[in-house]
Amino acid sequence: MSPRRVLAIVGTVIVIVVFAAVVFYAKRGLPAWARRAPKAVAAAAPAPAAPPGRKIKARLFYVADEGTRLTSIERDVAYGESADDQAREIVAAQIAPVAAPLVSAVPPGTTLRAVFITRSGDAYVDLSREVRSAHPGGSVNELLTVYTIVNALTVNLPAVTAVQVLVDGKEVDTLSGHVDLRRPLAKNLGWVQ
Amino acid sequence: MNARHLPSFSVAATAAFLIALAAALSSQTVQPPALSLLSKDGRRPLPILLVADQEFVALDDLAAAFQLTVREESIGAVTVSYKGKTIVLTPDQALASVSGRLVSLPAPPSRNGRRWLVPVEFISRALSLIYDSRLDLRKPSRLLVIGELRVPRITVRYDPLGGSGRLTIDATPRANATVTQDAEHLTVKFDADVIDASNPPLPSPGPAGLILGVRLVDATTMAVDLGPRFAGFKATSQPVDTTMRLVLDLLTSQTDAAPASPAPVQPAPQAAPDLPASFGQPASAFRTIAIDPGHGGDDEGVKSAEGVKEKDLTLAIARRIKSVIEARLGLRVLLTRDDDRNVPVDERTSVANNNKADLFVSLHANGSMRPATRGAQIFLAAFDKDAAQAASGGGERVPAFGGGSREIELVPWDLAQTRHLDQSAAFADLLQQQFPDRVPLSAHPIDRAPLRVLESANMPAVLVELGYLTNAEQAKLLGSDAFQNAVVQSLFDAIVKFRDTFAAGGTR
Repeated sequence: MSPRRVLAIVGTVIVIVVFAAVVFYAKRGLPAWARRAPKAVAAAAPAPAAPPGRKIKARLFYVADEGTRLTSIERDVAYGESADDQAREIVAAQIAPVAAPLVSAVPPGTTLRAVFITRSGDAYVDLSREVRSAHPGGSVNELLTVYTIVNALTVNLPAVTAVQVLVDGKEVDTLSGHVDLRRPLAKNLGWVQ
Repeated sequence: MNARHLPSFSVAATAAFLIALAAALSSQTVQPPALSLLSKDGRRPLPILLVADQEFVALDDLAAAFQLTVREESIGAVTVSYKGKTIVLTPDQALASVSGRLVSLPAPPSRNGRRWLVPVEFISRALSLIYDSRLDLRKPSRLLVIGELRVPRITVRYDPLGGSGRLTIDATPRANATVTQDAEHLTVKFDADVIDASNPPLPSPGPAGLILGVRLVDATTMAVDLGPRFAGFKATSQPVDTTMRLVLDLLTSQTDAAPASPAPVQPAPQAAPDLPASFGQPASAFRTIAIDPGHGGDDEGVKSAEGVKEKDLTLAIARRIKSVIEARLGLRVLLTRDDDRNVPVDERTSVANNNKADLFVSLHANGSMRPATRGAQIFLAAFDKDAAQAASGGGERVPAFGGGSREIELVPWDLAQTRHLDQSAAFADLLQQQFPDRVPLSAHPIDRAPLRVLESANMPAVLVELGYLTNAEQAKLLGSDAFQNAVVQSLFDAIVKFRDTFAAGGTR
C-alpha cells in the first residue's frame, strides 16, 4: 500500500469519526459541565492539564454580623477538572473551619461525603451526620446553613440551578425541624446581605 | 349536694373572681387556685393540688362536697360510691371503671400521705356519670357548675372605630342583658344565675379615653367605666349560634370625634333590634385555631446557655394562648401537642387540616451563630414556581352518589398552603402591627422560607419565632411572665382583627 493510499484511508477515518461525534452530540446534547461552564472554570478551561496548585476565585458565604443573613467573600478555591470536581472543591472550601471574625453557618465537624450534578442542573451534596447532630437549631440558623450550601454552588457554578442536601447518603426532611430538604432548592440571594 | 348557703353571695362571687383573676395573671404559681363549686345554694371552693404539672383534687374533699363514700379495698383498689353506683380506681392506672364502664383519666390516682388524689377530670369523666345533678366542669374558668344553673360564659372585646369604639359582649349559652347608664358607668345586667367572666375582660386603662375599663360588679352584673370622651351609646343584640351578642357602639362628643366618624351622638340608651350593616355577619364562621408548639420530646429545639429549652417555652406559651382565647373569644383552640413529646411534622398539620382550623400558628424560639442577634420574626411559606403551578393543576372527575360524576379540586398535601398565602401574609401583617412596644422585632420582621410545617397547612398559616434563645438577654426575656403575656395579648389582638376581616368576607 502506497503512502498516499494510507494517508487517504486515515484521513477518511478521521472525517468519519469527527462527523459521528458531531451528529452524536447534536442529538444528545453536550454534557452539563461543557454546556454552561462556570465563569471561573471557563477562564481556566482551555488548558487541558492544570498545573498543581491551580486556583479559581469563588464566592463563599458566612453569617453576617447581624446574624439573620449571610455575607459573601471571595476566596481562592482549588481548580476542579469536571463540574463535579469543581463543585466538590467549592463545598469543601465552604464547610472548612474558619477563623474569627468569620462565622460559618455549617456546624463544626461536618464533612463532605460526595457531590454529584445531574444533567438537569440539580446538585446533590451529601454531608456527614454532624450537619444535623451538631446543628444548634432555630429557623434562621437552619436557613443560613442550607442557603450557605445552596448559594455556594448556584452562585459559583452556573451549570447548577438547584441543590439538595443529603445527610449520610440519605434524603432528609429537615436539618433541625424547619427547612424542607425533600427537594432541591434554588439559589436565593434574599438570604445574603 | 351538701353546700352551705353563703351569707353574701355577691361578695363571695366577687372574691372568687378576683382570686381566679390573680391566678390567671401569674402563671408560675406553686399551687393553682381552687375550683369554685357553683350551685343554687351559692359558691364554695374545692382545693386543687398540682402534682407533676397535673391538677388533682382530694377524694375526701369530693366526698364531703358530693356526699360520696370512699373506701380503700384490700386488693389495693379505691371505690367511690354514690347512691348505689360505684366508681373503681386502681393505683398506677389512668383509668376508672364507672358502673362497669371504663373511662380514661389524664393521670392515675395518686396517694398523698393518707389522702387519695384524683385528676380534676375525674369529676367530668367519671363522677358526672353517677351523680344525679348535672356537673359542668369549666377548667379555664376554674368553675364547676352543679345542677341546672344558667351560667353563661362572658367574653368582652373592644374595637376602636375611627374616633368612636365598639364593645362586643358575648354570652354563651345565650343570656339577655339590659344596659343602663349613670354618670360614670354603663351597667350591663345579665338574665342569669351567675356569669362566668373569670378572665380579665379588658386591659385597664381602657382605650382612647372612651372607656376606662370593664369590671365585674356582682354575680350577674358588669360595669363599663366611662372615660372623658364618652358621649353616648347604642345597644344592639343578636343571637349568633348559641351565643347572644350584645354590641355597644360607643359615641364620642362632637368636639373630640374623628371627622370620619359617621355615627350621630345618641345619648339615651336604647335596645335597638337592628344591627350595623357590617355586623351580624357570621363571625362564627371563624371557629377554630390550631396552635403548634414547636419541637418536643427528644427534639429540644434551641437551648439557651442557662438551659431554657425551646420545646418547653413554646408549650408554655401555647397553653396560655389556648386558655385566653377559649375563655375570652369562645373559639376552639387546638394544640398540636399538649405535653412533652415529639410530634412528626405531618401530624402537626394533620391536626389543623382534619379539624378544618381557620388559622395555624406555629410557635418557635430562634437561634443564631451570632449571640447578639435578637428580635421576633414571622415566617410565611415559600414555594418555587413549579410547585405553585403544580398546586393549581386543576381538578379530577369522580363518580358521585346517584350516578353521574362531579369535579373535585385536588391539591397535593405538600402544596396546600399555596392557596392561602395571601391570607397568611394578611395575618402576618396584623400580628406584626401588634408587636411593637410589646415584643421586640427583628430587623427582618416578616420573611418567606420553605418551612416544612407551613407547606401542608390548608388554611392561613404562619410560623412565629418569638426571639433568640442564643442571646442571653433575650433568653431571660422569653422566660418572663410579662413577655409571655405580651405575646399572648399580641396574638389575641391579631386574631380578633383577623376574625373580623374573615367574618366580613375578607378572607377565603
